[in-house]
Amino acid sequence: MDENNIELNKITEDLTFHIRITRGFKIWMGFLILGLCICLYAYTLQLRYGLGVAGIRDYVSWGMYLSNFVFFVATSLIGMLISGVLGLTGIKWITPLARIAEIIAVAFAAIAGLVIIMDMGRPDRLANVFIYGRFQSPILWDVTVVTTYFVLSALLLFLTLISDISWVYKKTDHLPGWVKRTYQVLSLNWTDTPEKNRIIRRCVRILLILIIPCALAIHTVTSWLFAMTTRAGWDSTLFGPYFVTGAFVSGGSAVIIAMYFFRKNYKLHNYITNQHFNNMGKLLVMIMLVYLYFNINEFLVPAYKLKTAEAINLHDLFAGRFAFMFWAVQIGGLLLPIILMLFRKMRTPLPMLIISLAIFIGSWFKRYIIVIPAQEHPYLPIQYVPYNFKVYTPTLTEIAITLSSFFMALIIITLLSKFFPVVPIRETAIEKGLIKNNE
Amino acid sequence: MSMEEHPKNEQNQTNQNYQKNSEAENSKQFSRRKFLRNAGLIGAAAVAGAAALFSGDLFEKTKTKGGKKSVLLTQDNKLVEVDSLELKAMVKSPEQLMQLRGREGIAGRRWIWVIDLSKCRNARQCIAACQAAHHLRPDQFHINTLQMQENAHTPSFHMPKPCQHCDNPPCVSVCPVDATFKRPDGPVLIDNERCIGCRFCIAACPYSARMLNWSKPKFEEQDKDLPYNIELNIPQRIGTITKCLMSSDRLREGKLPYCVSACPNGVYYFGDENEDAVTNGTTKETVRLSTLLSENGAYQLLPELGTKPRVYYLPPKNRLFPFEPSKDAEPKKI
Repeated sequence: MDENNIELNKITEDLTFHIRITRGFKIWMGFLILGLCICLYAYTLQLRYGLGVAGIRDYVSWGMYLSNFVFFVATSLIGMLISGVLGLTGIKWITPLARIAEIIAVAFAAIAGLVIIMDMGRPDRLANVFIYGRFQSPILWDVTVVTTYFVLSALLLFLTLISDISWVYKKTDHLPGWVKRTYQVLSLNWTDTPEKNRIIRRCVRILLILIIPCALAIHTVTSWLFAMTTRAGWDSTLFGPYFVTGAFVSGGSAVIIAMYFFRKNYKLHNYITNQHFNNMGKLLVMIMLVYLYFNINEFLVPAYKLKTAEAINLHDLFAGRFAFMFWAVQIGGLLLPIILMLFRKMRTPLPMLIISLAIFIGSWFKRYIIVIPAQEHPYLPIQYVPYNFKVYTPTLTEIAITLSSFFMALIIITLLSKFFPVVPIRETAIEKGLIKNNE
Repeated sequence: MSMEEHPKNEQNQTNQNYQKNSEAENSKQFSRRKFLRNAGLIGAAAVAGAAALFSGDLFEKTKTKGGKKSVLLTQDNKLVEVDSLELKAMVKSPEQLMQLRGREGIAGRRWIWVIDLSKCRNARQCIAACQAAHHLRPDQFHINTLQMQENAHTPSFHMPKPCQHCDNPPCVSVCPVDATFKRPDGPVLIDNERCIGCRFCIAACPYSARMLNWSKPKFEEQDKDLPYNIELNIPQRIGTITKCLMSSDRLREGKLPYCVSACPNGVYYFGDENEDAVTNGTTKETVRLSTLLSENGAYQLLPELGTKPRVYYLPPKNRLFPFEPSKDAEPKKI
C-alpha cells in the first residue's frame, strides 16, 4: 500500500514536473511570439494590398498557402491513427504517446482552418461560405469535415484530460494560484467514481469511433480539391488514399519530433522510453511502405502512358524545373528513411529525431510539388503575360505568412503541453497497477 | 487492541463517509441531469408551440387584407390574375435590378459563338476593346489570342480564346458560394460582390479563362461610386474573380459583344442558337449557324473533358495571309 503510494506520488511528480513556468519556456515563447508578430505584419500587408503580395498569379493561383494547408490537414491526421486506430485495437504502448498525438491533431487542425483563410482573396467575406454555401463544392465539404474533426479532436483531448486535471489540481502544490483555479474549473468537479469514469470512457469510445471516418474524410476531401479538376497531375482517382497515407507519414514524423523534445525538456525518460521510439519507427516504416506503394502507382502509371499533358508535367518533375525538389523529397524524405529505419540502431531517439525531421520537411515539400507544377502546365499555352505569371516563385511576404502558421501551431502545442500533463497520469497509474480502474 | 483498531475504524468510517458523500452527490447529479433534460424538452416544446401560434396568427392577419385581384402580363406574353396579397415589389434599387436580371438572363435566348481561325491575324483589337470595356489591366485577358501549333508538322495559327461558356462548367460546380453561375441564356457570369477569392474556379477551369484581381483594380478610384453591374463586372473589386461575360450588358441592349464588334478581320460570328443564326461582327452579315458549322468542319476546344463549350472554332484552312509569330507571345524573363 505504502509502496504503491510512493510510486504513485513519484509518477504524479514526474508527470507534472514540467507544469511550471521556467526561463527556458519564457525565452521559447518570446521567440515564438516575436516570430509570429513579424509574420502577422506580413499578413497585414496582404490585407492592405491584396493577394498580389504573394507570388501566385492567374495560372499558378494556388501556391504555397494551399500546399501548406494540405500539409497542416495532413499532419493533424495522426491523432486519429494513434488514438483511434491503435487505441481501439487495444495496443498498450501508445498510452504515453496518445496525448502528444492529440495535441498535434488539435493544433494542426485548428491552424489548417486559419491557413485557408490566409489564402482567401476576400477573407472579409468568410461568412459568405455559410450564408450562400453550395454543397456541390468540395470546399464546403472541406469546411464541414475540418471543423468536425477539430471539434472531435479537441473534445477527445479534453475528455481524456479531465481526470488528470483534477488529479493535478488535488495532488500538486507547486502550481501558481491562477493555474490551480483554472484547473478547478476545467476539471468539472470530476471525482474518481465508477459512474463518472464510465461516462467518460463511453464518450471517449464514441469519439474514437467517430474520429476515424471523419479523419479519413478530411484528407480525402482535401485531396478532392485537386482530384475533382481535370488538370494533368491532379486528375487521379488515387488521390484520396494517396493523401491519407501521406498524411500519416508527416503526422508520424511530427509525433516523433514532439516525443523527442518533450522527453528531453520535460524529463520524461522513464515514460517515453527508447522502446517507444523503436515502436514508432516500426510504425512509420510500415506507413511509409504503403505510401511508397501509392507513389509508385501515382507516378509510374501516367509515366508509362505519357499522355501529352501528363508527360509535360512529369518531365518537369523528373528532369525539369522541379527535378531537384522531387528527387530530394522522394529519396531523402521517403526512400532513405525507410531503409535507415529498418535498422534497430536507427530506431533510437536521436537518429529517429533526425530521420523524422527529414521526413517532416520532405512531407512539406511533397505537398508543394503536388500542388504547384500541375498548374504551371495548363492545357492551353500561357502567353502575353509577364514571366512571373508563367513561373511561380514565392515572395518573401508569402513565405513569412506561411511561417506564421508554424509559429501558431508551435504556440498551441507548447501551451497545451506546458500546462497539462503530456503523459496521461491516471492511465499510466492504472497500467502500472497502482490504482484500480473502479468501473 | 483498541489502539490498533482505532485508525482502521477511522479509515473505514471516512471511506464510508466518502462513499455516502459520493452517492449523495451521484443522486443529486442524476436529479440535476434529469431536471436539465426535462427543462430542455419543455423549453423546446414551448418555443415550437409559440412559433406555430405566431406564424398562424400572421397568416390569418394577412388573409383579411387580400381579396383584390390584379391582371398582369408576364414576360412570355400571358395574362395572369394575381391576388394583391401576392404582389411584391421586385426591385428596390438599381443595384438590385441589375443583380436580379443579371442572374436571370434574357428569356428565350441561347447565345452561341463561332470563331473563324482562318481569318485571325492577331490584330488584338478584340482584346483592347474588351479590356477597355471591363476596366482591366493589360495583363488581364477576358479574351486572348494564343499562338497555337499542335505539333511541328501542323501549321501555326492564332486562336482567340474567350471563356468557353460551357454548358457543363467546372468552375460553377466548384464555386462554394454561387458567385459564379451559369445563366439560362448561355453565359457564365461572376458576382464579384459575393466572390470570396478562393480561386477554386481558376484551378478547375481547363481553358485558363478566369483571373483574379490580385491587387487594386486599375480604375478603383474612378469606379467606386458606380452601382455594381453584374453583366459588365464593373466596378472590378480587389481579391475577386473577373472573367469573360459574353458582354452580357451589350446583349441586353441587342448589340454584339465588345470583342466581336471590334474585330477588323471578320473572325467572330455571334448569335442565338434558338434562331439558328449568327452574325459576323465585322461584315454584319447574318448566316445560318448549322450551315456555317457543318460546311467548315467546326470543332470545339478540349471536348473530351465533357465541359460542353458554347464556343465553336472553324479550322485555320485556306488562309489568305502567312502566319506571323508575335514577339510578345512567350513570357520573357526581364
